[in-house]
This record gives sequence, C-alpha cells and structure tokens, in this order.
Amino acid sequence: MLNTKNKKIVLIDSDGRRVDGRRPDEMRDIKIKVGILENADGSAYVEQGNTKIYAAVYGPREVHPRHLALPDRAIVRCRYHMTPFSVEERKSPAPTRREIELSKVIREALTPAIVVEQFPFSSIDVFVEVINADGSTRCASIVAASVALASAGIPMRDLVAACSIGKVDSVLVLDVTDIEDKYGEVDLPFAMMPNRGEITLLQLDGVLRLEELEKAISMATKACKEIYEKQKKALKEKYVELRKAIIEGGKT
Amino acid sequence: MLDMLSSGLRVDGRGLEDLRPVEIKCRSVNNAEGSAEVRLGKTLAIAGVKTSIGTPFADTPDMGVLIVNAEFLPIASPSFEPGPPDENAIELARVIDRGLRRSEMIDLRQLCILPGKAVWELWVDIHALNHDGNLMDTSALAAVAALLTSEVPKAMVNEKGEVIVNKNEKQKLPIKCIPITITVAKIGDKLLVDPCLDEEEVADVFLTATFVDDKVCTIQKRGEKGLTEEETLKCLRVAQRKARELLKIVKEVIGYG
Repeated sequence: MLNTKNKKIVLIDSDGRRVDGRRPDEMRDIKIKVGILENADGSAYVEQGNTKIYAAVYGPREVHPRHLALPDRAIVRCRYHMTPFSVEERKSPAPTRREIELSKVIREALTPAIVVEQFPFSSIDVFVEVINADGSTRCASIVAASVALASAGIPMRDLVAACSIGKVDSVLVLDVTDIEDKYGEVDLPFAMMPNRGEITLLQLDGVLRLEELEKAISMATKACKEIYEKQKKALKEKYVELRKAIIEGGKT
Repeated sequence: MLDMLSSGLRVDGRGLEDLRPVEIKCRSVNNAEGSAEVRLGKTLAIAGVKTSIGTPFADTPDMGVLIVNAEFLPIASPSFEPGPPDENAIELARVIDRGLRRSEMIDLRQLCILPGKAVWELWVDIHALNHDGNLMDTSALAAVAALLTSEVPKAMVNEKGEVIVNKNEKQKLPIKCIPITITVAKIGDKLLVDPCLDEEEVADVFLTATFVDDKVCTIQKRGEKGLTEEETLKCLRVAQRKARELLKIVKEVIGYG
C-alpha cells in the first residue's frame, strides 16, 4: 500500500491497515531459537518479521582487563552491532555513535534482570549481531539477549521483553518496521521485566502528549507480556530437547 | 542520604523538586557564531555554535544540517579521561540532538541556500567544564541558549548560481520554539529533580525528558535499574512542571519574547 505519488507515503490506509497489512495493535510474528551458537555459554536467534538477530552470552567469566572487575558483583558488557549487509546501503563495520548508544541502553535494559551480586570479579558479556534490520532492532536484540542469558544458566530476576511503539499518520502502532520508523512521527523503544512490572528501557524520539505516552506504555506493556510467553516457550522447548538428548545418550 | 530524603531534604538543602540556581551567559565566544555558558549549581557546560556551508543529505535536499557533539574532558572531573567521547558523552549528545531535532527548534528548511546543492550546517559542540551532576540538563540548556543567541552570516545565490556569503550582514537563526530538558533521578523510592554529583553516584535510575509546549519530544531512561509505570509517569509529570519553570527563566535571562 505504498503510494509514492508526490513522494507521499501512506502508512495507514482507509481500512486501518499498515504497509504490511497489520492492524495498529498487531505485532509481527516472532520466532525464537535457543542455543544455536555452540561456543557461547548461552545464545538465541530471533526473527521478528524481517528483523533478524543473533545474540550470544559469554559468562560469568574472568574480566579482562582486570582493573574493570568489581569486588561485589559481576560487570555486564554489551556490544550491539549491525553487519554491513543488514541495511539497504552498506554500513561500515566500524561502530557508529548509534551502535555505541544502543549498546549502552541495551546493557541498561538487561542488567536489572541479572543477579550480578552472585558473581564478584566476573564479567557477563552480551553480544548482539543484527544480520537484517527492519525496525525495532534494539527491542528484538533485548528479546534475544534475555533468552541467551537465561539459556547460559545465569540467575535472572525475570526475563526482559521488549517492543517498540510508533505513530504513523497520527495513529499509535505496535512493533515499528523500518519504513514506519523512517516516515513515521514517533519511535518509542520499550523494554520491561513483565513479572516484576519494571520498565528497563524507555526512549522516545518524536512528539507526544503525556496522555498519548500513557497509552503507548499500556500498549507496549501488553505486548511485552505476550513476548514473554514466547520467550519462556522457546526456553522450555530447548530444555525438553536437551532432556531428551540426555536420556537418549544415557541409553547407549 | 536516605535518612535526609525521607524527610524531604537533599544533601544540599534543596527540596525534592528544586532546581539548582541557573546561570546563563551568552555570546562570550567572539569567534563562534553562537555560544553559551550554563551553570546549574556548580555544574558548568559551554556550548558553541559554528556554521559552514555544505551539501544537504540526499533524502532531505532542502533542509539544513544539524550536528551535535559533546566532550567530557578531564578538565571537568577527575573521573574523565582524555580521548574520544565515551558512551556517556555520545549518549548525551544524541539525546540533546533528538531534543533539538524533534522539537524542530530550528526551522532547518530556512537554512537551505540552494536546494540539493548548498545548505547551512550548524555544528553544536558542547564541552563539560565542571561536573557536579546533571551534565545532561546543563548541556542541553547551553546548546539551546547558544542557538537562541547565534548570529549567522547571510547567504544568497547570485545570477551565476554561485553562493555568496555576506559576513557583514548577520541574522538570527530561524527559531520555532524552545525545548527544555529535565532529568529526574530515583533514589530508593524518592524522585529528585536535577541531581547533583553525590546524588547521581547513588541513584538507581534516571529519566530525562525534553518538553516543548507541554508535549514531550525526547525521553531517555538511564541507569542499571528499572522503573514502574507509575514511577515513570510521575517523573514525567514533575519534569513537565519543571520544564515550564525553566522555560520562564530562560526567556527572562535571554530576553526572548
């Protein structure tokens, strides 16, 4: 439903449907696979529409350089990185200011969920590689990283679920794609620990009245609860798979 | 500190919602098109605005270009190391950039000289000079004050299609509104506006919001803890109120109508 006459893009048509046919409060399908990278202590692969992300966790492990270690808790490090071919125009592999900021906000979205006090003098390193970007990459990264952390056996207070809210043609929409981010009025990335009811990522880029913001937070909270169920399901399936393999292995 | 806070007092005697005394000094840098030194209590930041003529981005051929950079150098604090901007300085610059851009403080279309070929580039550089907490709001205010009081040369296109700059004819930047940034810190269950350094070092989480005409155009949650929805909305309502207050101060000090 792209109307590029006079360079004006229609993001919501007269039927209330978005460019990819979704309704405003509809999320894209999320596929989560656990434990696909063998060297990492924990890993996950997430596909949210065309946004595709690998997340790996190494840790708890010894901190290098040593002067960064803390005596009472683990440090958490995070690297969010986009591959050069993940976007339409090739992106240089060197970290951009955006990737540096996103690495920080993702780390700060995940850390509240990790029981860092259990691992003094260690580091928990989270790596995220975006292999195809179609909007909401930081949110999908958090979804993947949370699952990777849990699959690494790191004690967590809760999982962290994340999604984005946008505003296109004056309508609040859930789970923003690249085109909605580029041509829309608002981008609001959001992450929370659904069981604890704590928001761990909140950014806004765009103009909203406070009442609209409240509505956006409600929409995002509801969506995060759904994503949470998918994350738990993916982890359970992996556990069942592992258990089966162990039992089969025990028989030989 | 938590004991004092439970009786509504902060280490420097302020109430939970009090800003530190604000000082704004503009136009002290002759060589810059615009500049402002802003103090929030003991925190001091300076912003400078330089203009140059450049080519516009391909997808916005009729809009000027805004670039915001921030440096946290050792002059401002024993905890800052020399070198390129770290994640904190980069985050600060990008948050302030979003505040300026999303509020549309500067009408970038009016900075177009020759569509597709020549536009004004606005370079906003922010340097922290003394860090006593809340460099974010101090820097944001410095950037805004510098832009409000900038004087840029006039540029025009002659019959041959060449860009001529007249350095003797100066004009203000095309300003549409004044965005104001307020940061609220959470310590225990208390929400504090404009945290000083001692408070920043023990705070669990920060919420920064930029307001224009009572609407919010930028939000950034910082810190390694979380906030409930209720706490978030409370922070934003307090920030909205303080933004109105700070806007009044800015208009008075700069004499902006």
